[in-house]
Amino acid sequence: MPVDVLMPALSPTMEQGKLSKWMKKEGDRIKSGDVLAEIETDKATMEVEAVDEGVLAKILIEEGTDNVAVNTRIAVIAGEGEDVSAAASGASGNGAGAPAPAQPAPTPDMQAEGMTDRPAPDQRSGGNAAPVATPAAPAVISNVASYDAMAEIPEGTELVTMTVREALRDAMAEEMRRDETVFVMGEEVAEYQGAYKVTQGLLQEFGARRVVDTPITEHGFGGMGVGAAFVGLKPIVEFMTFNFALQAIDHLINSAAKTLYMSGGQLGCPIVFRGPNGAAARVGAQHSQDFTAWYSQVPGLKVVAPYMAADAKGLLKSAIRDRNPVIFLENEILYGQSFPVPKLDDFTVPLGKARIHRKGKDVTIVSFSIGMTYALKAAHELEKEGIDAEVIDLRTIRPMDTDTIVASVMKTGRCVTVEEGWPQSGVGAEIAMRIMENAFDYLDAPVMRVTGKDVPMPYAANLEKLALPTVADVVQAAKAVCYR
Amino acid sequence: MATAARSAGGAGDAKGARSAGRGKSASNTPVLSKEQELSAYREMLLIRRFEEKSGQMYGMGLIGGFCHLYIGQEAVVVGMRMAAQDGDQMITGYRDHGHMLVMGMDPKGVLAELTGRRGGYSRGKGGSMHMFSKEKEFYGGHGIVGAQVSLGTGIAFANRYRGTSQVCMTFFGDGAANQGQVYESFNMAALWKLPVVYVIENNRYAMGTAVNRSSAQTDFSKRGVSFNIPGEQVDGMDVRAVLEASERALEHARSGEGPYILEMMTYRYRGHSMSDPAKYRSKDEVARMREEHDPIEQVRRRLLEDHKVGEDQLKAIDGEIRQIVNEAADFASNDAEPDVSELYTDILL
Repeated sequence: MPVDVLMPALSPTMEQGKLSKWMKKEGDRIKSGDVLAEIETDKATMEVEAVDEGVLAKILIEEGTDNVAVNTRIAVIAGEGEDVSAAASGASGNGAGAPAPAQPAPTPDMQAEGMTDRPAPDQRSGGNAAPVATPAAPAVISNVASYDAMAEIPEGTELVTMTVREALRDAMAEEMRRDETVFVMGEEVAEYQGAYKVTQGLLQEFGARRVVDTPITEHGFGGMGVGAAFVGLKPIVEFMTFNFALQAIDHLINSAAKTLYMSGGQLGCPIVFRGPNGAAARVGAQHSQDFTAWYSQVPGLKVVAPYMAADAKGLLKSAIRDRNPVIFLENEILYGQSFPVPKLDDFTVPLGKARIHRKGKDVTIVSFSIGMTYALKAAHELEKEGIDAEVIDLRTIRPMDTDTIVASVMKTGRCVTVEEGWPQSGVGAEIAMRIMENAFDYLDAPVMRVTGKDVPMPYAANLEKLALPTVADVVQAAKAVCYR
Repeated sequence: MATAARSAGGAGDAKGARSAGRGKSASNTPVLSKEQELSAYREMLLIRRFEEKSGQMYGMGLIGGFCHLYIGQEAVVVGMRMAAQDGDQMITGYRDHGHMLVMGMDPKGVLAELTGRRGGYSRGKGGSMHMFSKEKEFYGGHGIVGAQVSLGTGIAFANRYRGTSQVCMTFFGDGAANQGQVYESFNMAALWKLPVVYVIENNRYAMGTAVNRSSAQTDFSKRGVSFNIPGEQVDGMDVRAVLEASERALEHARSGEGPYILEMMTYRYRGHSMSDPAKYRSKDEVARMREEHDPIEQVRRRLLEDHKVGEDQLKAIDGEIRQIVNEAADFASNDAEPDVSELYTDILL
């Protein structure tokens, strides 16, 4: 029985990668442990080792192919004593006899905007998700901008496609070139090039003085960053994830946020704390949680949570220039997603301004960060049912752009909030209250919120899926407030 | 005996040469000039009288909340400041009034902050535990035990980043010395050879818990051993010993050798805060420290006996200090509270 070699997932959130090089050729004998190929993800280049023994009968994906979806069959190995040519020819059939692996999801927002050419599962891929047909060809994900989403950018501006990860890196590099007092510190930011490769290349350009690898010591370097900011440096402190920022939260709140006030305006703290926040994939409760609501409660902080790459870049540049402490919440799932980014010498996005990502008249959906993926896909679904949703990307959670929300709700009379965080005292709860305070008479229905469930994040794929909001949840809530 | 000075680890030997220009007494304690003794006397007395007045005003209800007095520990900051250069920064916890005064902050502004008035250093919004003066290189005044250690290390990081010759004097107590972030900071400071001197003010009680009940290793000068940070115990009641050790420590940090730990053996006469009756120690213990080791009395005696300064001259200084403190108290009692609009200012820049 020939054995399929599948495109491996090399990290919890990897959905695709480049098959950069075959280290074996068709007809070669394979022993377990042999390096078959090199796979390049947006984070690293990794070797794929053979598990099964036999002869490499057929290579299905040529080297140099980009965007090969996880679990795509990349080669076939004929077992000991098997007919190599039969195995090779059998492999050309699509999925015949082979166990059907799970297919990774293309990014839901692209699906919503009609930019991909194959159906997406409702949710991000989980290892045990219901199997669907394996594509014979690698899934190539492309992306273009919707008109509304890019409305802020001057007409005629050239757009380049880049990942959120690259946009964040470029933002830091540009600000570091511009201002000598800006530096990056954190775990694995320098020689390792960033645990999530967000700081890739910064060490090479700026050197170890300005790209500082710290020990695993969040409380210590969190406080050190604040101290350095007190005397006028502009630190970018990377937390490998915001889960670990809990170790440093005293400095974020008691030292960074409050000192300006407690010093009667003398001692500002121009610092950015950044890193991935929110649910990752299959990493359990301690590594999967959304802190947006926590930080958004604290006076003295600004809290930013971008969705698109252009916002990630423009907002991070603004955050670095801001004279206040900024909590910059990124999302691991979004890091690898590509979006158009304006090609401008100095593109910034102001903090505190929401963006109307999609115009609509029937219901307002307010979200931020990865919540936007649910919101946009839901808007697409709702359109099919004749409901025209307006989707607002908050971008900055504190200060919150109440005016944009209220203006939209005055128009639509209905509102649904979407976030991955927990419901109690969440961002949605705050939005609902602000709408009551400012637009109660305009409401035609109570505000509804779609949130993560009120549980620690489970590990099991099926439970994890249940713990997160779904597009269906958003559609259902939107229909409910429209009395449909 | 907590006040017995001894050098730990031989860290000071090489650098000790720097103080060779100054005379040494028979006990190997440096001899200060008359001017230095007078200056130390004046500075320590200002802190003592300021704190006494603060205690009095707290009793009158003019100062609220927590108020931690520095009485008894005056020689530590005064000796340290005498050794420092202009531009060196200082940061500490919430027993901070003495540190501010020694850094040259105006007693009026400090006391008005204690009373929550608009003329206070934080315009009345910080209080006793949260005061800062960028101009005087004083970076607080921090209310969370141990937080200032990471913050001070960050200031030292900035000094190194900019290539200045400044050293950050980072003060904390025997209580804070058991916080985890202290060791995170020690590690990074030693790893990157940051210009920071850690001054552990060991006044023997973390609030009400005696060091031997809180600390497996009560010799705090050794707390840097696993990071190769040199440390020594210093008689923190003797301003001469403090000055001498501080010069060595500051020189070490300034020359690029990295951090240095000074454990100042000291004692606070009052309770942890105003509301602490200090039942955890005997009256005898306190009385003995006051009578035998008082930092101000030591200087006063030397001025009278060794430097032949007349009682009149010291009285004149006492009078001057009392006047400064009384003026500060008048100001702090009569200055207006902050304007109500201040509630919403200074939250963001």
